Amino acid sequence: MDDSLVLEYDVPGDDFTRAGEASSATKATLKRLGLPADIIRRVSIVMYEGEINMVIHADGGKATVTVSPDAVTMVLKDTGPGIPDVDKAMQAGWSTASGAARDLGFGAGMGLPNMKKWSDRMTIDTAVGVGTTVTAVIDL
Amino acid sequence: MQIRKIRELLNAELLCGEEMLDDEVSYGFGADLMSDALAHTDSDTLLLTGLCNPQAIRTADMLDIAHVVFVRGKRPDEGMLRLARESGICVLATRCTMFKACGLLYGAGLSGGELHG
Repeated sequence: MDDSLVLEYDVPGDDFTRAGEASSATKATLKRLGLPADIIRRVSIVMYEGEINMVIHADGGKATVTVSPDAVTMVLKDTGPGIPDVDKAMQAGWSTASGAARDLGFGAGMGLPNMKKWSDRMTIDTAVGVGTTVTAVIDL
Repeated sequence: MQIRKIRELLNAELLCGEEMLDDEVSYGFGADLMSDALAHTDSDTLLLTGLCNPQAIRTADMLDIAHVVFVRGKRPDEGMLRLARESGICVLATRCTMFKACGLLYGAGLSGGELHG
């Protein structure tokens, strides 16, 4: 793990206009590190959808990005309501998002499917009333 | 298609990124749902949207999209334009509807690209 770089961000849950700041900061760091453009783009999309999810559904959370020689791993952890039915949440178009989320340009049930689509691997660890941790990995 | 030509076709106002008027884009993508843009666009794309909030600019930035047109007379505020400048994004605004803006550009030869997956 000595060659790994770990980035940590608190994602505020109360300000929709700031959603995406952690993703922008991650993108800038990966650019400085000289990672390939297509990798940075995929990480940015996954991280941004994850960040939006945390803001929309869970009143924020914590994002940890680990850049190792062979992968970029994003862990998006919240203490929100949890996901009662993960299979449904993974279906494109299924959503519990609020009208406010839709006003943002999100909340149409595309977030988790999009994250999976652009990741090499993704796992969802969730418990109702406890929170959700999404781990997404993009191989280098 | 050159951004300068896009501005003319849409009778659009340039709100920031004057130095990018000679840039070229290969594709156009129109959406108010940012998740659709995040699912289906290439970086070499003009994003047309009626979603007038910071997430439209943020989405473009995540996608390495450098040119955004706000349709239906939507006007981004100064905070959004500041974010666009910081992200190196050229912003235009037109009174055309989404349908008309996309139609004008497609008719003039801008490709729609393909869905990803």
